[in-house]
Amino acid sequence: MWNYTDKVKEHFFNPKNSGVLETANAVGEVGSITCGDALRLMLKVDPDTQIIQDAKFQTFGCGSAIASSSALTEMIIGKTVDEALALTNRDIADYLGGLPPEKMHCSVMGAEALRAAIANFKGEAWEDDHEEGELVCKCFGIDAAMIERAVTVNGLTTLEEVTHYTKAGGSCQTCHEKIEEVLEAVMARTGALKPAAKHSPAGVVGLDAIQPLAQPLAAKPAEAAAATPKLTNVQRMQAIMAAIESMRPQIQRDGGDVELVDIDGKDIYVRLTGACSGCSQSAGTMMGVQMKLVEALGEFVRVKPASLLPAHAH
Amino acid sequence: MSIPNSGIYLDNNATTRVDPEVLAEMLPLFTEHFGNPSSMHGFGAAVGGKIEWARKQVQALLGAGYDSEIVFTSGGTESDNTAILSTIEAYPKKTEIVTSVVEHPAVLALCDYLEKKRGYTIHRIPVDSKGNLDMDAYKAALSDRVAIVSIMWANNETGTIFPVEELARMAKAVGAIFHTDAVQAVGKIPMKLADSAIDLLSLSGHKLHAPKGIGALYVKRGLRFRPMMRGGHQERSRRAGTENAPAIVGLGAAAHLALTHMAEENTRVKAQRDRLEQAILAAVPACFVTGNPENRLPNTCNIAFEYIEGEAILLLLNEQGIAASSGSACTSGSLEPSHVMRAMGVPYTAAHGATRFSLSRDTTDAEIDHVIAVVPGIIAKLRSLSPYWEQAAGKAKEFAPVYS
Repeated sequence: MWNYTDKVKEHFFNPKNSGVLETANAVGEVGSITCGDALRLMLKVDPDTQIIQDAKFQTFGCGSAIASSSALTEMIIGKTVDEALALTNRDIADYLGGLPPEKMHCSVMGAEALRAAIANFKGEAWEDDHEEGELVCKCFGIDAAMIERAVTVNGLTTLEEVTHYTKAGGSCQTCHEKIEEVLEAVMARTGALKPAAKHSPAGVVGLDAIQPLAQPLAAKPAEAAAATPKLTNVQRMQAIMAAIESMRPQIQRDGGDVELVDIDGKDIYVRLTGACSGCSQSAGTMMGVQMKLVEALGEFVRVKPASLLPAHAH
Repeated sequence: MSIPNSGIYLDNNATTRVDPEVLAEMLPLFTEHFGNPSSMHGFGAAVGGKIEWARKQVQALLGAGYDSEIVFTSGGTESDNTAILSTIEAYPKKTEIVTSVVEHPAVLALCDYLEKKRGYTIHRIPVDSKGNLDMDAYKAALSDRVAIVSIMWANNETGTIFPVEELARMAKAVGAIFHTDAVQAVGKIPMKLADSAIDLLSLSGHKLHAPKGIGALYVKRGLRFRPMMRGGHQERSRRAGTENAPAIVGLGAAAHLALTHMAEENTRVKAQRDRLEQAILAAVPACFVTGNPENRLPNTCNIAFEYIEGEAILLLLNEQGIAASSGSACTSGSLEPSHVMRAMGVPYTAAHGATRFSLSRDTTDAEIDHVIAVVPGIIAKLRSLSPYWEQAAGKAKEFAPVYS
């Protein structure tokens, strides 16, 4: 039995604003019956004041999906469209007094339906990057797809690295076998795993068969500089600062912020603050920053949380 | 209508209440009969005698030829794991295992592991839309390379019964060992393993009014057996470790009671189940029975309510004091609906709303009346919230969000 808060139960057993809003001029629909939850959010927005005058929902889903939808409508009625856009899924979860980690996706669905509805109101096309795989780490709500991205982008080779980059497996540690399976699968695909071990009843493929990636993980700061002759150290630093600066508005929209702390060769240390700190999506944010930097610099770098800075640097 | 104080428990395929008579048999084992049955004194001997009594009760329930064919374990999962691991160790040259797509995870997860880590070839026999086993695929999978066939007697979600006797005979014909996970069937279906081709059978105490943490593995006399637990002579060295004497005696008492109540399960309980099912089907639109209604356990009824989600159904049932269970993804923490529903090709529109009511000899007519009275309202309430349901028309409507 899920450990739902009283607030979740209240919004599930007596949902607010459920049903069809006949006068809606903005509709957002997300989810599908295949993945077990779907939400239609209907808004009535005053075109002059941009204020959301009324909101109703219809939801197919579990208790927390219905509660999240109900909470969302309560939170946005009376707000302007732009104020509503500042809401994140974390705000919905907080409003409900928290959700079990397996159920955080219900709050994400609410936030996405809101964005979709507002895009609909503004006449914009709405694209989502909603992606859900098997939940591997229940403590932090990390799915297999996210671990795969982290492993692929960063050339990770060990469980420990996966934990550092995604937090997956960092708490109760019961998912370590699953993380290793994802790791093995990605490494087998990228060729980092010795192909030799054709499974036979006698042979067990263990982690000892896995070799670290040769490049570019071990690159030292000096080599890194040599590998990118186009930029001087100062230019490179400026490029990094500019890239991070360009990402801040987007992160701030989700109620967080990012700050450059140090550059150590290929290791770029940043600090996530505001809504980002402690957010289960923060590893994804880190990865987004990293991808942006790799793109901006034309070289491979690793973005690390400032908490991983070597001790002497503090 | 008032809700009975203790709630209405219709989740007996998950676990059952310990019968008061079972508890009464167990209690002395915690107090005066605390001895270790292996000990050479009166304290031990008294317990040893009770354990052998319990073994005979389980033997009788299964219709086994010998009481020494019963090995007490910690439950269904241990029995399943022991059966498969013992057999593949006893027949190291055979590299294939046959099972079905609708087995319990105790079998499926072990097979997945053996496939991935030990290189076994696993044949997972599919089922049709009613949950019946694909006999042609089964026949095709059998060969002298198969070490063990492990196929359940009755499915835990739908109650659908597999023709295990026929399956066992076919397995024997190619020299394979036949194991059946019968945790849902034991106590509900009469058995006579002495005349059967079944080599190994798993049962679990807490599914038949014994406590949790006790079960048994039936091992046909003469079968090559390799223990999973080593370290003592208990259970004739087939399962080391000091016996869980109170629970074993509880299982013995429960087996005795199950035999006594077997006819009742197949008459009174079955009639209650049928009444519940017919009433719900008549009162609720867009729902249907999953599995094979013609060939299933007498206590199990699984109804898929379309366009709504199972966890929400269970939460509202729980508010009415009714305990049931669901094949929905959301109740398990996974993101996929039950593998059994998917294996039968139940559409996602219905699989998420599949709800299982499993009765027992404790179930009363008044309880069934109450469930019949409240279920239609619960379903209607959730459908009024669903974007897939056209309230006025009382039917499904088009709804296709941007992503899936």
